[in-house]
Amino acid sequence: MLVLTAAFVGLYWLGANQAFDTVDEAQPPREAILAGIDTRTLTGATLFGLSMFGTLFLGAVLAAFLTLGVVRGDAERGLLQPLVVRPVGRGVLLLGRFAAAAAVCAVYVLAVFGANLWITWSAGGWRPDRIAEPALQLAGAVCVIAALSLLGSVFLSSTANGIAVFMVFGAGLVAGLLGQIGEVLDSDTLTRVAEISSWVLPFEALYQDGLVAITADTTGFTEFALQLGPFGGAQAAGPFLWPWTLAYLALVGGGAYAAFARKDL
Amino acid sequence: MSAAFTARGLVKRYGAVTALDGVDLDVEEGELVGLLGPNGAGKSTLVKIGCGLVRATAGEAAVCGSRAGSAQARAAMGYLAELFRFPGWSSADEVLLLHQRLARSSGGPGERGELLELVGLADAHARRVEDMSKGMQQRLGIAQALVGSPRFLFLDEPTSALDPGGRRTVRRLLEELRSRGIAVLLNSHLLSEIELVCDRVAILSRGRIVAEGRPSELARPRGVEVDVDGGTRVFTGAGRADAPRLVADLVAAGEHVYGVRVLESTLEEIYLEAVGEDAG
Ligand SMILES: Nc1ncnc2c1ncn2[C@@H]1O[C@H](COP(=O)(O)OP(=O)(O)OP(=O)(O)O)[C@@H](O)[C@H]1O
Ligand SMILES: [Mg+2]
Repeated sequence: MLVLTAAFVGLYWLGANQAFDTVDEAQPPREAILAGIDTRTLTGATLFGLSMFGTLFLGAVLAAFLTLGVVRGDAERGLLQPLVVRPVGRGVLLLGRFAAAAAVCAVYVLAVFGANLWITWSAGGWRPDRIAEPALQLAGAVCVIAALSLLGSVFLSSTANGIAVFMVFGAGLVAGLLGQIGEVLDSDTLTRVAEISSWVLPFEALYQDGLVAITADTTGFTEFALQLGPFGGAQAAGPFLWPWTLAYLALVGGGAYAAFARKDL
Repeated sequence: MSAAFTARGLVKRYGAVTALDGVDLDVEEGELVGLLGPNGAGKSTLVKIGCGLVRATAGEAAVCGSRAGSAQARAAMGYLAELFRFPGWSSADEVLLLHQRLARSSGGPGERGELLELVGLADAHARRVEDMSKGMQQRLGIAQALVGSPRFLFLDEPTSALDPGGRRTVRRLLEELRSRGIAVLLNSHLLSEIELVCDRVAILSRGRIVAEGRPSELARPRGVEVDVDGGTRVFTGAGRADAPRLVADLVAAGEHVYGVRVLESTLEEIYLEAVGEDAG
C-alpha cells in the first residue's frame, strides 16, 4: 500500500510538472479562450480531478483491504471466535472495526489529497477553489466503501468479498459515466439510472460533488467539468448528500450488525 | 446454587444435517465433565451453542445461571476453540493483554505471568505467535481461556496438538482448576485422558447423549480371573462381589489359588459399545 501510494504520488508529481511545462508553450483550446478560462486553470483542474480519482481508488483499495475479512474471513481463519465470546459482544466489535478502518482510510485519503494539492500548487501555481470540501467528500466516499466491504464480509469469504467490493466500486463509476453520457445525449432514462445509483452507492455522488467543488468559483467551467475524471466528470449533488451519507452508513452498519448477530460462527 | 452449565433439549440443524438431536446435559459447579464422541457427533456444536457462537434451533442452554450467549454468561466463562488462531504479529503476552481488556480482567502482568507459567510458556512470553509451534499456540489458547478467572471453561480438544509432556501439563492444570472449584466441559478423543481426570463422562453419538456417568459407574463387570494350578480360570459375568465366594469355593474344592483379578470394561470398550456402528 505504501509502495503503491509512493508510486502514485511520484507519478503525479512527474505528470503535473510535465503538463504545466507543455501547457506554457502550447496554445489554449478555442473553447477555453471563448469561455474566458486560462490554460493553467484548465490544466490544474483536470490534473487535480484525475488525482482525486487516483486518491479515491487507492483509498478504496485500503478500505477494502482493512475490512475484507472482518467477519467471515476471520471466522474461517479462527481469529474471530476467541474475540466474540468475550463480553464486549458482536456489535461493539463490528463498530470498533469500522471506526478503526474509517479512521485509517480518512487519514490516508487526506494525506494523499494534501500531497497532490501541494504538488499541483508547486508545479503550476494552481489550487482548487475549495479544499476542505472535496477532501472531506473523498474521505466520506472511502468510509462508505469501508462500510459496504464490512457488510459484504458478513456473507462472503475474503476473496469473494474483495471481488464484490470492486464490482460495486466499478458499478458506481460506470453509473456516474452513464449519467454524463445521459446528460450529453439528453437521455432522461440514463440520467435517471445514474441518479438512482448515486443514491444507492453514495460514494460516487460524494466523489462527483467533490469534483464540482474544486472549480466551484470558476465561472464558465461547467462544460469542462464534464471531462474532469477518467470516468466522466463532476455532478453537483445537492444539500441532502451528507445527511443521506450518514443515514446510509447507519443503514449499512445496522444491516451488517443484524446479519452478524444471527450468524453461526 | 445454579449449575455451571445446563442444556435442555438442545437441537441444532445445519440445513439438512442434524448436528444435535435433543441433548440434555448438566455440569455442576466445580465439576469436570468429559464429552466423548466420534467425529461429527456434535461435540463442538454443543460447546459453540454454550458459548453463544452458534444459535440453537430448539432447546435452551445456560452458563452459570445466565442464558448461553448473553453478556453475563460470556463474562462467566472461558473458551478454547477447536480451531483458532491469534494474530501472527502479536506476542504471547500481548494476546493475553488483549483478552484481559476484553474480559475486563484486573489481573495485570501478574495474571499473565501466572497463566503462561501454568501452561509452560513462561520462557516464551515475548515470542510472536507466528514463530510458535502449533502446540505452543494451543498452550497459549488454554492460557487465553483462563484469563479473567472464569467460573466455567469450555475446552474443545485442548490437547490435540500437544506432546506427551504437554498433555500431562494440561492434566495437572485440570486438577489445579478442580481444586480451585472451576467447572470444565472438556471435549476430547483421548479416552485415557478423560478417564484420568474427569468426574463424569458423557458420550455423544449422532447428536444424542448415548451414555453418561462416572467412569466407574459406566464400567461394567466382565468377569473374574483366578490363577490356579491348572492355569487361569475365567468366570465370565461375575463381578467384584462374587470374588470371595469364587475363591472360597475353589479352595474348598482343593485348588491352590495364586491370584485373583476382577475384570472391568475399559472406557474404550464402553465407548465403542455406546457409539455402536458409528465407531467406524
Ligand atoms: N457450519 C456448519 N455448517 C454445516 N454443517 C455443520 C457446520 N458445523 C458443523 N456441521 C455439521 O454438524 C455435525 C456436527 O459437527 P461438530 O463439529 O459438532 O462435530 P464434532 O463432534 O465436534 O466432531 P469432531 O470430533 O470431528 O470435532 C457434523 O455433521 C458437521 O458436518
Ligand atoms: Mg469438534
